[in-house]
Amino acid sequence: MPQSNIMPGFRPAIGFTLFYLALIVLIPLSAMLLKTFQLSFDEYWAILTDQRVQASFRLSFGASLIAAAVAAVFGFIIAWSLVRYTFPGKRLFDALIDLPFALPTAVAGIVLAAIYEPNGWIGKLVMDGTGVQIAYKPLGIVFALIFIGLPFVVRTIEPVLQEFDTAMEEAAASLGATRLQAFVKVILPNILPAAITGFALAFARGVGEYGSVIFIAGNMPYISEIVPLLIITKLEQYDYPGATAIGLTMLILSFLLLLLINGLQWWVRRRSGQL
Amino acid sequence: MKFTQALKHLLFTLTLLLSGTVLADRTILNVSYDPTRELYQDFNKEFIKYWKDKTGEDIGVQQSHGGGGKQTRAVIDGLEADVVTLALSYDIDQIAERARVLPTDWQSRLPNNSLPYTSTIVFLVRQGNPKGIKNWDDLAKEGVSVITPNPKTSGGARYNYLAAWAFGEKKYGSKDAAKEFVKKIYKNAPVLDSGARGSTTTFTQRGIGDVLITWENEAFLAVNEEEAGKFEIVVPPVSIKAETPVAVVDKVTKKNGNQDLAEAYLQYLYSPIGQKLAAKHYYRPYQPEHANPEDLKRFPKLELFTVNEKFGSWAQVQKEHFDDGAAFDQIYAP
Repeated sequence: MPQSNIMPGFRPAIGFTLFYLALIVLIPLSAMLLKTFQLSFDEYWAILTDQRVQASFRLSFGASLIAAAVAAVFGFIIAWSLVRYTFPGKRLFDALIDLPFALPTAVAGIVLAAIYEPNGWIGKLVMDGTGVQIAYKPLGIVFALIFIGLPFVVRTIEPVLQEFDTAMEEAAASLGATRLQAFVKVILPNILPAAITGFALAFARGVGEYGSVIFIAGNMPYISEIVPLLIITKLEQYDYPGATAIGLTMLILSFLLLLLINGLQWWVRRRSGQL
Repeated sequence: MKFTQALKHLLFTLTLLLSGTVLADRTILNVSYDPTRELYQDFNKEFIKYWKDKTGEDIGVQQSHGGGGKQTRAVIDGLEADVVTLALSYDIDQIAERARVLPTDWQSRLPNNSLPYTSTIVFLVRQGNPKGIKNWDDLAKEGVSVITPNPKTSGGARYNYLAAWAFGEKKYGSKDAAKEFVKKIYKNAPVLDSGARGSTTTFTQRGIGDVLITWENEAFLAVNEEEAGKFEIVVPPVSIKAETPVAVVDKVTKKNGNQDLAEAYLQYLYSPIGQKLAAKHYYRPYQPEHANPEDLKRFPKLELFTVNEKFGSWAQVQKEHFDDGAAFDQIYAP
């Protein structure tokens, strides 16, 4: 027992943490695990190797990775503008960033579908200009996920940029670094861990996202069916074990990927001397 | 002490919540599918009035609507529906079998196989019918874009699919040919929404597709809600009879002490007023003599077949067409 702990309130704190984790996270998750165990391993494997299931896994994870990457780049630019520059309406912009957090995702989905569909404002322009259809194609899913993921990136990078000591940049400049060198060698390594966190959050959110995607996806089997839709479809056929099997696999895959991303973050921090 | 204060707040809120339920008179919950929303809004008002006149008791009726599959699952998972008014008997069969809250012979308890009204499947096309769609085989033609929901999640979509299949089987003479025919139609579908309302929105609001396959009442609703002449209803010469049954959920009503109320509610659907309202909202009434003749004139005459006539039973349909790996999945397999 860590009786020598100087901080008071260790026991109630850890007790609450365990209780909370068990009630909110572990018990529901183990219920899912139990349902999955109603299947034999062969049945489980048959569900996972089903081509339609695999196509949806590729789509969900692929689209989420691409969307998170795009959100990370543009989120960085937005965070940079908000921190480094002053311009009229800056506070308004700052508040706008959080809108995707607050908006019910279904509303976001309907709005995005209306705008990007082939007859919509932007969808029509893009369609006429390049012949590319956004809504009801996998591309539409990526667009929706970028929308959902952006605030995660901006909000994780922003505080780090604010904390960032401009004296370091000045030092780099006085030591003869060009602006590009100062950015790549001084600023970027300091920002990268936060950007990776933002990326991971956007990705995790994207994999599980349902409401905003479902209206813009088109939901065609093998082409634009996301994993959550497949789970819902299974549930609607009373195939609870099948649905939880897909859910569990999704959870494991997401966990592994997040672990990988965290590892990457740790490695970056260590390389840039933050650990 | 902050803690006692928080406790006080909590207790206060709880009392408020509880007093709400205690003070309210009896309320029943009707769990239904998507397009019946407007019908039951009207019907509930009439029923509340009728019950008050008859017994002097003030009652409430709550409605819940959504894709048929989702609603069925909610009831199986414990949503306390006093009555269910769903799109297909298979859904209520599932509730009886899986949740055991009503007997499996529920369908014989009310007149006309528990069908106070029925519906059918028709086409909705854009003004002037530019693609010249008249019958089911026009949907399989190249260059025709067809909007229909996903039959795995929507009851209406199952009727769409089965109507097309039955047409194909009759015209081309075999199940394989029927499957090929249905496959062509689904090749023409650019989107699969999860419910009938979703597909209507895709067609009418998003402007996607040349033809929407949908419930007759949903088609009328779309025509009436949009500006005149924007859409037209096309009635194929032959279509499926959509049997949309109703049932009392015995265990729930017993528990809530609502048995008499729930039974009277469904019986009232069969009354002259219930029949009249059904026709008003574009459902084909069981006893048309009670309906307004003006309303009846709106229903076009067409040849109708039932699921049992063409496919045996819903259980068989489920196994052969909609289970994982069955016919519907096969037409999408690459």
